[in-house]
Amino acid sequence: MCALKTFRNGGVHPPENKLSVTSAIEVFPVPRQAVIPVNQNLGAPATPLVNKGEAVKVGQLIAKGESFISSNVHSSVSGKVLKIDEMIDQTGFRKKAIVISVDGDEWDPSIDRSPMLKKEITLSKEDIVKKIHEMGIVGLGGATFPSHVKLMVPEGKKPEYLIINGVECEPYLTADHRLMLEKTAEIIVGVRILMKGLGVEKAIIGIENNKPDAIRKMAEAASEYPQILVQGLKVKYPQGGEKQLINALLGREVPSGKLPIEVGCLVNNVGTAFAVYEAVQKNKPLIERIVTVTGKTIARPSNYLVRIGTPVQELLLSAQADLDRTGKVVSGGPMMGKALNSLEVPVVKGTSGVLLFAEEHSSRIQLRACIRCGRCVGVCPMGLEPVLLAQYSARSMWDNAESNLIMDCMECGSCHYTCPSGRPLLDYIRMGKNKVGQNIRNRGKK
Amino acid sequence: MIFAVVSLSAIGLISAVVLYLIAQKFKVVEDPRIGTVEESLPAANCGGCGFAGCRNFAEALVKKADDEKSLEGLNCPVGGAEVMKKVAAVLELEAVETEPMIAVVRCQGSYNNAPSKVRYEGAATCAFAHNLYAGTSGCAYGCLGLGDCVAACIFDAIHMDPETGLPVVNDKCTACGACVKACPRNIIELRFKGKKDRRIYVGCVNKEKGGPARKNCTVACIGCGKCVEACAYEAITLVDNLAYIDFVKCRLCRKCAPVCPTDAILEINFPLKKDKEAEPAGGKKATVETSTDSSPADADKKAPAEGDGLIISENK
Repeated sequence: MCALKTFRNGGVHPPENKLSVTSAIEVFPVPRQAVIPVNQNLGAPATPLVNKGEAVKVGQLIAKGESFISSNVHSSVSGKVLKIDEMIDQTGFRKKAIVISVDGDEWDPSIDRSPMLKKEITLSKEDIVKKIHEMGIVGLGGATFPSHVKLMVPEGKKPEYLIINGVECEPYLTADHRLMLEKTAEIIVGVRILMKGLGVEKAIIGIENNKPDAIRKMAEAASEYPQILVQGLKVKYPQGGEKQLINALLGREVPSGKLPIEVGCLVNNVGTAFAVYEAVQKNKPLIERIVTVTGKTIARPSNYLVRIGTPVQELLLSAQADLDRTGKVVSGGPMMGKALNSLEVPVVKGTSGVLLFAEEHSSRIQLRACIRCGRCVGVCPMGLEPVLLAQYSARSMWDNAESNLIMDCMECGSCHYTCPSGRPLLDYIRMGKNKVGQNIRNRGKK
Repeated sequence: MIFAVVSLSAIGLISAVVLYLIAQKFKVVEDPRIGTVEESLPAANCGGCGFAGCRNFAEALVKKADDEKSLEGLNCPVGGAEVMKKVAAVLELEAVETEPMIAVVRCQGSYNNAPSKVRYEGAATCAFAHNLYAGTSGCAYGCLGLGDCVAACIFDAIHMDPETGLPVVNDKCTACGACVKACPRNIIELRFKGKKDRRIYVGCVNKEKGGPARKNCTVACIGCGKCVEACAYEAITLVDNLAYIDFVKCRLCRKCAPVCPTDAILEINFPLKKDKEAEPAGGKKATVETSTDSSPADADKKAPAEGDGLIISENK
């Protein structure tokens, strides 16, 4: 291990508040009813394969991702399909979901449920990608991009490094940290599978320095394989952004509007590496994930292994949340997470945490006029000018916003976090990205 | 002295000739009627006619008059019939009568009818909030109440009512359509102003099934279809659990409104019906308020107390 690295531009360091770091991963009980949305990935929704009243087993394919950027959805519980209906999602809009009423816990027999570590990788490169596609693996860092699409490198591009993201730069969240501590060997096998699937010789695992135990354990496990390097990183948000991580580890800069493959890299989360291990070695689809349930109003901050489709409310009950004192429930971390509209929403593939804020901490600071201090420009990890982009968006100057690279914004929220006047910079930039994205797509059509 | 006078006069003359020739060469022939027509237009440059400004509209009017000898299809919504008559007089044509229109807000999700379950404190613009979440009441179709329509109006014709949290259109509305475009949820529609300002329309755009729609708002259209049956003129259609009254076919007979079980159909500026029962005679407002205060649906809504007071915004 050499000196600590970090990315070059901007960044902030919010209080870490990793309250649940000492809680070992607990297996959360199977819910009575699971709501499984058919669109849990970035891209097109999957098409349901089951009908109302049909009996399903754990791990059974219930919706198939048919378009290119789409992923399969499997049942996380066993029981009967209650209905296929529009259910409220995290934003409050209704999206298609399969509702399963749970009866027992009968697993699909092809799934290997033994805890034994399986080290040898028997599948070929193509079969690995196929398996990952079949098992519905998506990026578990939060963006939920289908993993098999990532592994299909476009013609003419040569991947050089596989980068594994164990940064977990979001405050509060500890899901990846606990996973690295408890499933170290499995993650390393997952990394090797990904390396084989991608055809690269080198892998770097980046972990922030606030997790020294995880760095130590991962480095120990990786010492068997000289091609896997574990690299400690300085604590800085948003180091987990893939472009930031590549910059921190290799000093390379991904060009504007391009993918990491442009500089020979591919970034995957440690959670994804673990899911890949389970899919390829144990034939287990992505039906459960680790969710951090944390916050100052929770008596027992925990890390749960939760079946997809479990209502958030059940997690909060189990973690002994004080809902009377809670002002805001956020899905994800405090920086990039989204506040929930309702507690009935299910845990989906992209839910990395459920975070509660006390009433007194859940309001924004008072809005004042912009004082042109330029702090947002200083902290923007993408080197953009958030104040300018927000102004363009607020005034509907879409062309100017586009030429100032609004689409490069990754919505990390550092600008909004640092603004002393509480300007809703990211709100306006998001609006602008939405509109500019539409304009670009329309232009493509013509 | 003489030399100076002669040379200056010569320069003047030559310049005059050159300028004259250039002016002839680059002369732009413009129909003088365009200017006259433009003068009779309201000069609001609102774009309600579908053209960039009043000048463009005047050009289009003159062109159409020359080509087709009619003004059909061209209308200044701001000036209305009066202005179009003036324009027609300038162009020596018959004016085409157009029904005056007005913007209507098809949502009754006031604080009373659709109580807030969450608090929103993000950027105060509907365009952003619409992308972020469904709305404080949970209705994914209703008014977000952040006033993009108010900001879009250049005629000071639409304002937020602080009591209901909904925009209200006043009689300054010229039906230019700016608010219709500004609303990200397509709640505002241009409809016939109606005789004596009387209008009937469905005050809801929620396409959810009855149950979920009613859960969020007591006056939501539940798609029961009773109004479709009641209408004698086939003016009402039911698509995606939502009734829509075609304002061209509607004869304002008022048969649909009383049969609506959720009071989603609004009657504007009508006199009170004498023969109707005393209770709804107080107009929509009275019915709506009593039903909200005592309705069991309202009590249900309060039940998930955890949901109360959640804040929708990204976090700090």
